[in-house]
Amino acid sequence: MKLIFRPYSKTSFGLSFGLTVFYLSCFVVIPLSALVFKSANLGWAGLLSVFSEDRIQKALLLSFGAGGVAAIINLFVGFLFAWVLVRYDFPGKRILDSLVDLPFTLPTAVAGIALTTIYSPKGWIGQFFEPLGIKIAYTPAGIVIALVFIGFPFVVRTVQPILEELPKELEESAFCLGASRFQTFTKVILPELVPSLLTGTSMAFARGIGEYGSVVFISGNLPGKTEILPLLIVTKLEQYEYAKATGIALLMLVLSFAIMFGINYFQNKASRRLG
Amino acid sequence: MKSKFFRSLAILLVSGVATFSVYADDVLLNVSFDPTRELYEEVNKQFVDSWKKKTGKALTIQQSHGGSGKQARAVIDGLEADVVTLALAYDIDSIVTNSGAVSKDWEKSFPHHSVPYYSTIVFLVRKGNPKAIKDWDDVVKPGIGVITPNPKTSGGARWNYLAAWGFAKKKYGTEEKATEFVKALYKNTSVLDTGARGSTTTFVQRGIGDVLLAWENEAELAISESKKANGGNSQLEVVYPSASILAETPVAVVEKVTNKKGTTELAKAYLNFLYTKEGQEIIAKHFFRPNDAAVLKANASKFPKVNLFDVRSIEGSWAAAHKKHFADGGLFDSIYGEAKK
Repeated sequence: MKLIFRPYSKTSFGLSFGLTVFYLSCFVVIPLSALVFKSANLGWAGLLSVFSEDRIQKALLLSFGAGGVAAIINLFVGFLFAWVLVRYDFPGKRILDSLVDLPFTLPTAVAGIALTTIYSPKGWIGQFFEPLGIKIAYTPAGIVIALVFIGFPFVVRTVQPILEELPKELEESAFCLGASRFQTFTKVILPELVPSLLTGTSMAFARGIGEYGSVVFISGNLPGKTEILPLLIVTKLEQYEYAKATGIALLMLVLSFAIMFGINYFQNKASRRLG
Repeated sequence: MKSKFFRSLAILLVSGVATFSVYADDVLLNVSFDPTRELYEEVNKQFVDSWKKKTGKALTIQQSHGGSGKQARAVIDGLEADVVTLALAYDIDSIVTNSGAVSKDWEKSFPHHSVPYYSTIVFLVRKGNPKAIKDWDDVVKPGIGVITPNPKTSGGARWNYLAAWGFAKKKYGTEEKATEFVKALYKNTSVLDTGARGSTTTFVQRGIGDVLLAWENEAELAISESKKANGGNSQLEVVYPSASILAETPVAVVEKVTNKKGTTELAKAYLNFLYTKEGQEIIAKHFFRPNDAAVLKANASKFPKVNLFDVRSIEGSWAAAHKKHFADGGLFDSIYGEAKK
């Protein structure tokens, strides 16, 4: 009986907190610390020698570069999509809305194969670019396309609800106070959306860095040119170099964590300014 | 309510034990690589029949296919395979060194270094051979588009690489010339898929490249598929080079598992079946070259004569070849770095 009268915030906190920590340990903390232990076999010198490899540095640049470009494309296109879906009514809107989730549900390898078929030099779209001397599949451009595809829903789905809940009065009062349409957009609407735009973009970015399934098909996997970091992990495993493979994974983990941390910092700053 | 619950629990338990006992009876897991899928489907059927005739016991054989290196890693990490039938000796050696699940002298356990069947690397070209590719020297000419997987991720690609390397080393004599040769080969590549099947798709479906370096059986499979798709007219042709590698695909019993399960004898009988006339016939049917001279002769039209050299004759052993060519900082890394600069 006593339990029921507890204040809401305290209700079985101990049990749920314990479950949360247990769950987090089983699925996140323990596997990730195993990563650290496994790569510790290499020692500092070994770890540094892995990172100083030319191929790894190039792959690092490519993975983060392509991931970044794709995330920025997704930022703009995703925002546009969310805007159209929230602000306008048109036939087929619900179909369009559900199509956005397709990259989430589709196995990434299927996406990769489909994209490669279309963008390869003999493919539906690729054949029109081929005479112009533009190659899409088997170049970094192809990797960006694959990453745009898989990261696309993140921005749309994080911005959409915020945009939906934006009070109409906000815009109306801005108009009444004499703001132009442009001013209303940049000074009133956009600042409200910045945190969710940042979250969506950073999630798309994070997903892009680690993406393997869709990229291996379209990238062509040329060492030093179109080789992504996750592929290097696979090549190390293929050679039974477990420690080196986890070393690269560790590097990705640290970098991703640093980036997430930085984005969180800016996001907090942005929402505080609004608050 | 309660009794119903217990009853269903009991039924579940009994049926669970029943299925378990069916499986516990005689079940064999064969962990193999990708291109052998169709081959083992037929081998297993035949072996199960003959086992039943011989011993009266029912037998289930489970198959697992994937990239050869990936399969070896699964066994190292504890997949309970009774036998492994992989794409190269190096992968079985790796099981030995990383887990000890296979005994050290596995190569001596069965005839022909435990290699019941072998294959070789051939060229697949487009109909009419428009670029006139006859031998390895034509493949490395500037302007020829070559499709081969990445040796870092694919066992088949390592055979391709060593075939080219061995050819050049035998023809031109020195390691420098052979290095130049392989460098020229990889300069002609624009795609390195992660596996042999992926490369076949790139070449056949996407129409990229002039020549595909492929397993002999994979090339034959691509041709029969092409015939099916084009009403009996293949859009592809096989070209046999003057010399190529003897791609040995070894087998071994995973004794650590079979000793525990008590299936050692069964596993041995299964692998020995591959060496019987019946087994060798099935192997030839699936375009792997049989080791039995009589069966090979009977299927001579299927397997044109090619000068075959093995890894031992060019690099001593697979471990040495791996270290020199494919390990980190090996020749593949360096020639690739230079070829693309």
